[in-house]
Amino acid sequence: MCFTNNFWNLAISGLADGFLYALIALGYTLVYGVLQLINFAHSEVFMSGGFAGLFLVQFLVGSTTPHGIQSVLLVLAGTVMGALAGGVVAFLLERVAYRPLRRRNAPRLAFLISAIGASLFLLNLAGKQFGRLAIPVPNLYTNGTVFTVFGARVLTTYIVIAIAALIMLVLLDRLVAKTKLGQGIRAVAQDADTASLMGVDINRVISQTFVVGGLLGGAAGFLFGLAFNVQYNMGFIPGVKAFTAAVLGGIGNIRGAMLGGLLLGIVENLGVACVESAWRDVIAFLILVLVLMFRPTGLLGERLGRSA
Amino acid sequence: MTAQTEERVSRAAWRENESLRRLGACLFAAAVLALMTGATGSSADPAFAVTHSLLRPRILVFVVLGLALFALIEGSSRYGARLRTSLAPATAVRKRFFGMSATRYGVYLALLVLAIVLPLIVSNFWVTVLSQQIGIYVVLAIGLNVVVGFAGLLDLGYIAFFAIGAYTTAFFTGYPKTVPGQISPLPIHPPIHLTPFEVLPIAIFVCFMAGVILGAPTLRLRGDYLAIVTLGFGEIVRIVLVNSDNVPIIHKNFTNGPRGAFGIPHPSFHIGGFGYTWTLSQREYYWLLLGFILVLLFLFRRLEDSRVGRAWTAIREDEVAAAASGVPTVRFKLLAFAIGASTSGLAGVIFASQIQFISPENFPLLNSILVLCYVIFGGMGSLPGVVAGAAALIWLPNILRDYVPPQDRFIYFGALLVVMMIFRPQGMIPSRRRARELELAEGGIGGADAMGGPAGGAAR
Repeated sequence: MCFTNNFWNLAISGLADGFLYALIALGYTLVYGVLQLINFAHSEVFMSGGFAGLFLVQFLVGSTTPHGIQSVLLVLAGTVMGALAGGVVAFLLERVAYRPLRRRNAPRLAFLISAIGASLFLLNLAGKQFGRLAIPVPNLYTNGTVFTVFGARVLTTYIVIAIAALIMLVLLDRLVAKTKLGQGIRAVAQDADTASLMGVDINRVISQTFVVGGLLGGAAGFLFGLAFNVQYNMGFIPGVKAFTAAVLGGIGNIRGAMLGGLLLGIVENLGVACVESAWRDVIAFLILVLVLMFRPTGLLGERLGRSA
Repeated sequence: MTAQTEERVSRAAWRENESLRRLGACLFAAAVLALMTGATGSSADPAFAVTHSLLRPRILVFVVLGLALFALIEGSSRYGARLRTSLAPATAVRKRFFGMSATRYGVYLALLVLAIVLPLIVSNFWVTVLSQQIGIYVVLAIGLNVVVGFAGLLDLGYIAFFAIGAYTTAFFTGYPKTVPGQISPLPIHPPIHLTPFEVLPIAIFVCFMAGVILGAPTLRLRGDYLAIVTLGFGEIVRIVLVNSDNVPIIHKNFTNGPRGAFGIPHPSFHIGGFGYTWTLSQREYYWLLLGFILVLLFLFRRLEDSRVGRAWTAIREDEVAAAASGVPTVRFKLLAFAIGASTSGLAGVIFASQIQFISPENFPLLNSILVLCYVIFGGMGSLPGVVAGAAALIWLPNILRDYVPPQDRFIYFGALLVVMMIFRPQGMIPSRRRARELELAEGGIGGADAMGGPAGGAAR
């Protein structure tokens, strides 16, 4: 096969991509859980996290590349800033583009259209405000090979992404399983009507779900910026792919989104070895269509409102 | 009651205050508007534009605007009812007048005459706008209206079918391998050489099949999956067109990649002894498109009232009830999707032979969303609405082209979609049936789309 001689390199870079997809996919899956809607503007939440983190580290970093504990703190600061921006944008998004429609009990089509409108708006507003060229994140650490796996080099960036993503994934898993908010999210996802009769404040839970998804998406935006660049349209392709990941794992299923993200990242990178890199996005799309055709409930099955 | 709980109650009351919320919303809208109309930033100094928009005296103008809007809303919520009662007689007369079929047909006839003579009156710039933008996009909007308006589905990759139609034209207007010395638009050779008009049925068929192939796996599932699959598809078609100048594994050039296809012939026909060939004259293309638009309007108007149209209405209003009454819902949804796709393909054929040179650049994903804007703005499901919507939303940016940078258009279109969905989901010229469906759906009866039930977790 075309990827066998380069297998470990591809698998490791695929794993790094996969962690990012998983983080974004969780935003889709959480919102899908409580609203049964695809949040089309989630890719712009991701993008805003990238910009916010970028601005903070641009402000903090001097001309020399930091190292040691400085690097760790800077990465942490950027990720937190990205997460906060993502959370704020997701919150506003829910308020402006979703809540007025929910209050009116609008048809689902209306939600999709207003979400697409919000996405288009945010995308181009960012393009206008911050310019349309790709901006590199300043070097926060010296990117080099940390160790090798079967000869494949594992870069610092991969490790940063993996650690940050793992921490967030575990936190989210615990949040949904253990906390009161998690209970609320699960209750609304299972049956919103009954949940509201049981005294769950649905509006509040939905709003907080958007914020949680936004926090993860925004942080992923900054991490993506570290690995690649920050640009106003950076969200679109990862957004579609993360949705693919969410469907692959079973939409509404939180662990499914994590698995789907990792799997998609690896499969995509292995697939690129067989065709040229320009065809990378086609692979993910084909996976989406194939999953919908043969296993529409995803690998782990749809589990709206179950904790794991 | 202790002081602490009292304070909590009063704080809740402060947050729940409707007027204060409205004030907040108005000021938020003002800030957003200030950002939208503010300076354009650059990647070198990303903070510049935001500070320029929000920290300069010009923000005061927007604050005043926001306050004025707030006053207007407060006033209308207090005195609006009284105003409406006092205007009731005038509204009734207006409704009566426009309700008469004679008036309606008179207006349509006048508009038709105007549409025919329009390119003779306006300047050359506007003739080009009429033929290359309004004409083409009205056809696209009429087609998308079948998907969004009639069937209640969301297609976000509509331009992909437009591209498929255009590239099909480029392929079939080339020459077979057996004909030497002729240059084809694409580096591959068709079995036979055809004129653009002869390609029409082929392109329509190809796009219809593409729609079926894409829709069949997705439409069996939730309706909103279709939206994201088409969104991906729109981008994939463009990527495939760009990269098919060297297809992996077989290493063959199919599409010339980003260089595109050139030298697509103008359409012509020869019936009996009579022949006519279109030339570069935009006026003649406009009339050709107008002819197509009229035919399409007639066909789709008939379709709307046919068995198929009634099936779509049934699916929209209550999918479960429709299925229970024996309507094959998936098949009819697929039909709507494919009809929309083939209309897009038809537009692609005319577009390709009109501008003669096509490249993947002509089919960006954003244009799909633009067409959606036209349909929503005009009124989904309403044929006069989508025609007017497309014409108006193409006319406006062309009028404003000296004042608003062209890329900023999409900011306004995005905002327009959100605002329309919040305040007037039925559009400017609503279809009466569609407007009532939306109203009923909001009252909890029926669906008004083909997405399988209203969105969960609706606010109560």
